[in-house]
Amino acid sequence: MTSRALPDDAGAASPVIADVETRPLFDWLFGVAVVAMVAAYVRAVFFTPVEALQGAAQKIYYVHVPAALSAYLALGIVALMSIVYLWLRDERADRLAESSGEVALVFLTAVLTTGPLWGKPIWGTWWTWDARLTLTLFLWFLTAGYLVLRGAVDDAGMRARYSAVIGILAALLIPFIHLSVYLFNTLHPKPILLKPDKPSMPNEMVVTFFGFFIACALLCVALIRARYRYGVARDALRAMDLAEEGE
Amino acid sequence: MRPSLLVTAWVIARKDLAIEFRTRTAFLAVLVFAVLGIATFYFAWDATAVAAIDLAPGVLWVIFTFSGLLSLQRSFGVELADRAMDALLLAPIDREAIFLGKALANLLFVAGILVVTVPSVALLYNLPLGRTLPILFAIALIAAIGLVAVGTLFSAMAANTRLAELLLPMLSLPFFVPIVYGAAQTTSMLLAGRPLGEAWPFMKILIAFDLVFLTACTLTFPYILEE
Amino acid sequence: MTHVLEADGLTRSFGGRRAVHGVSLQLDAGECLALFGPNGAGKTTLLRLLAGLLKPTAGTARVNGQLLRGDASARGQVGFISHQSMLYGPLTVRENVELAARLYAVSEPRAAAAQALGEMRVTERAESPVRSLSRGLQQRVSIARAMVHRPRVLLLDEPYTGLDALGAATLTEMLERLRGDGATLVLVTHNIAEGLEVATQAAVMHRGRVVRRERREELDADSYADAYRELVGGAT
Repeated sequence: MTSRALPDDAGAASPVIADVETRPLFDWLFGVAVVAMVAAYVRAVFFTPVEALQGAAQKIYYVHVPAALSAYLALGIVALMSIVYLWLRDERADRLAESSGEVALVFLTAVLTTGPLWGKPIWGTWWTWDARLTLTLFLWFLTAGYLVLRGAVDDAGMRARYSAVIGILAALLIPFIHLSVYLFNTLHPKPILLKPDKPSMPNEMVVTFFGFFIACALLCVALIRARYRYGVARDALRAMDLAEEGE
Repeated sequence: MRPSLLVTAWVIARKDLAIEFRTRTAFLAVLVFAVLGIATFYFAWDATAVAAIDLAPGVLWVIFTFSGLLSLQRSFGVELADRAMDALLLAPIDREAIFLGKALANLLFVAGILVVTVPSVALLYNLPLGRTLPILFAIALIAAIGLVAVGTLFSAMAANTRLAELLLPMLSLPFFVPIVYGAAQTTSMLLAGRPLGEAWPFMKILIAFDLVFLTACTLTFPYILEE
Repeated sequence: MTHVLEADGLTRSFGGRRAVHGVSLQLDAGECLALFGPNGAGKTTLLRLLAGLLKPTAGTARVNGQLLRGDASARGQVGFISHQSMLYGPLTVRENVELAARLYAVSEPRAAAAQALGEMRVTERAESPVRSLSRGLQQRVSIARAMVHRPRVLLLDEPYTGLDALGAATLTEMLERLRGDGATLVLVTHNIAEGLEVATQAAVMHRGRVVRRERREELDADSYADAYRELVGGAT
């Protein structure tokens, strides 16, 4: 993509627009993330002991939980950037929130597909309406709603403000969702790793799990970065078009 | 000279209720929907398969949620005609007062619907009226506060977008989940005669939700109106 | 020196487009600025900035030294009339004006509303719902609503639209009286003759900027219209 000389009256405030760099969307970070994911998969499938009670299906856990945690990471970025945007009114914060929201949706979809794949052999059913699954589904709808809202508002400033408000409110909702899990006796296994005392898995499994977690997090960050750069280029193009229109 | 926050909110709430009372169509439409919904559930009910006391809470809270949504849809529509909202924005009042006023009006609207729907459910499913009605009303009112807080904010947002009718339910329903969950669990426990102590954790979720979101929505509302 | 109404480098962009570009003006008590310009020149945007309805992208707007986007009380000194009535159709004329009085914390809302209705000659329709009124009468009610709190600054966006001869005469009479009482007016209109009747200053906006500005005494009403047409180059 080439840079055009902008007329003086461009009007947009962001310094990034004035100097459009041609950064690749998928770079070394993405490469590292992919390699890490492959390595983690190989280790999980071939080099980690099979769990006694659940059998091979238990290994989906290594994908399922890190994907969920990565989704939470991405959603955390959305929430944080929402606050930052309302405070500083920097459109870069809004763009980062937008990118993280889309990536979060991808990871949430992964969670909602691996969950039933795990559930079928273990519980005998593709889906149950237990608290955590249901609420993850709603998290998916919430994120989808965030993205639909963004699509429905034409004015950039209004879109950023509305998204930021939804981002903050959604973040406030999550503790209530998590709280509900502990109140209801559900089918969903109680958290193994995220409970206050020592995790109850043998060390090799823990290592595999953390390997997957790091690989997933890397992939998450790389995807957000790629999406962000796309957003920069798209906004720069839009600003140029608008400036030309105004002449 | 500026009027106080609560006084302004009341002035705005009164205005909304006056408009609603003048036209009456929205209230009657939501009422008809609620009653039809309850009747549909009743006719689809196989009394030999499911006990009344098991079904009633579900019916009540489903109808509550959807009639709540319908009530909220009309909330900001009235401001869009002739740019009436501009008159509110020009006045030297806090934006938060506009939110509280409209939320209060919505709460009273929803309460009006509840006055008809809660006894209807109790009657149809043969719930012991004396014991259950006060409990049901209390829970419904507490749940309604949370519903209205979130719904009023989203209604304001949705009114300014292209996909208003889609966005309000899509954004709101995830937020209604903790409310409905807490309310439904509390209701079925109390109807089954379990002690209040057992239901209390669910009530705590409801009350905490109300407090958190009433505050959060009041504070974030000005950002929605800002131009 | 604190002016009653002051704009300093006022700028407002929508997306990449600058609707108002670095407008500065100072108006004092008893002045009336008539603002002319073709469609899309930014007149309405400028007025909404001066009313505190829009946040400036850059620059400031002040009333008696107070920032309009700062404290809510600055807005309390401003009245705004547009061609949209900003009224609630199902409510009566009286209810609409009383509502405004209450929101502006006027000390006796009912009396103030009654007086405003009397001044705009709509008292006999006070109990009718606004939506049953003709466009012209609605406009008069809208003006009464904007005046009920006796603003020191009055911003008018094409107020003559829809008014019949009596309504227009009532409005002009009221504007002249207000100006005489020391209020500050900004009047946006397409009708040059009507605008110049009450103005003490006249300005032309084009593409977001004020391109011409002078005092009423300095210009000749007949040639002004021709000069205006030339200035905006045939754009309407």
